[in-house]
Amino acid sequence: MVVSGGREVCGKLAGKIREVAGSIERDVRLMEVCGTHTQVVARYGIRSVLPSSVKLVSGPGCPVCVTAQRDIDCVVELALSGVKVATYGDMMRVPGSRMSLGGARAEGACVEVVCSVVDALRMCKDGEDVVFFGVGFETTAPMSAVALSKGLCVYSVHKTMPAAMKMLLSMDRVNIDGFINPGNVSAIIGSSAYKGIDAAQVITGFEAVDVLASVLMLLLQIRKGERKVENEYNRVVSSRGNRAALGVIDEVFEAGDADWRGLGVVPGSGLGIRREFGDCDAKVRFSDVLGDVRKPKSDSGCRCGEVLTGVIEPHECGLFGKKCRPECPRGACMVSGEGACSIAYKCGC
Amino acid sequence: MCLSVQGRVVEVRDDGKFAVVDFGGVRRDVNVELVSVRLGDNVLVHAGFAIKIISEEDFLSNSKLILELSGG
Repeated sequence: MVVSGGREVCGKLAGKIREVAGSIERDVRLMEVCGTHTQVVARYGIRSVLPSSVKLVSGPGCPVCVTAQRDIDCVVELALSGVKVATYGDMMRVPGSRMSLGGARAEGACVEVVCSVVDALRMCKDGEDVVFFGVGFETTAPMSAVALSKGLCVYSVHKTMPAAMKMLLSMDRVNIDGFINPGNVSAIIGSSAYKGIDAAQVITGFEAVDVLASVLMLLLQIRKGERKVENEYNRVVSSRGNRAALGVIDEVFEAGDADWRGLGVVPGSGLGIRREFGDCDAKVRFSDVLGDVRKPKSDSGCRCGEVLTGVIEPHECGLFGKKCRPECPRGACMVSGEGACSIAYKCGC
Repeated sequence: MCLSVQGRVVEVRDDGKFAVVDFGGVRRDVNVELVSVRLGDNVLVHAGFAIKIISEEDFLSNSKLILELSGG
């Protein structure tokens, strides 16, 4: 099933967008928080039908991209020490200070790519130490929580989206009029979770027509001077979200500070593992191995942080397309299929 | 990892924790601990877990919203 949204509807929405944008009489900057929306914007050429006064900028919603360098280094260290590591595919190529997880595998470490944490649970059969690199926002956190409650050891870098959005709004250099809110995250946390965020917001689906409809809804809000949460993706997102998923997140995780590439430490934006599950917390269980991992030195010229906050566009980074390309990424945003730099490189936008 | 895919439940396993979901001909075991699914449900699957049952009414309501925005 797909929502109504052929060429004709998209054309009409684009026409309405031009009409409303024309009546606002200033430039408007909208941030697509989620990396999958960045993909949709590029794939369907959404920018080409928007007026020049409406600017779409990418945000910090690619979980691979916002994982801190030190966390990559820690999991590489675990793998090199002989612990089996399971991770989602994109994490393999993110450069660490010494090497990537893919590099660790090339050195003989056991690092397996899984599509689901269920596959990581299956790796635990022989009683060997297996650590799942728990990456992602509220969309993948419940899956890690389910597996963790069944005994899987997790290195959690799970993060929460609303906390990051609030942080973005408080940053001086970040200038955003409205957010295209993530769809899958919202399916879990519900539309009510964004109420404390002081900006125009529309929760958005992943078809071209969804993004166009949301841009129009945001412009209508901005024209009226409103700052509220609307839900364009109402076929999937409810007000309360998925209660079972939120329940298991709350059972296993608690809010803690998290280190974001680009944003730094954002208070209360991380999902740390509760003390009672300490046996399944890789940071506790392997503290002897991880204690030796040093704080990484600042990167040479990589401007992922500014890309992730919408302060610069990928092509404004001196490494983009030169020393940093998908086949030889220098920063995380060039690695992930949802990374702004990778998408900009592949789509030429 | 951030991609979610729709499919239809074609079998619910006896333990109630897994279901077989058909994704346009490809069938996979999917964890259904986060939603209570029934045979024939259209589900959104993310990283091996069903996260939402999507009804036809939900689609119609969403289509209506978009058509209204587009002006008919």
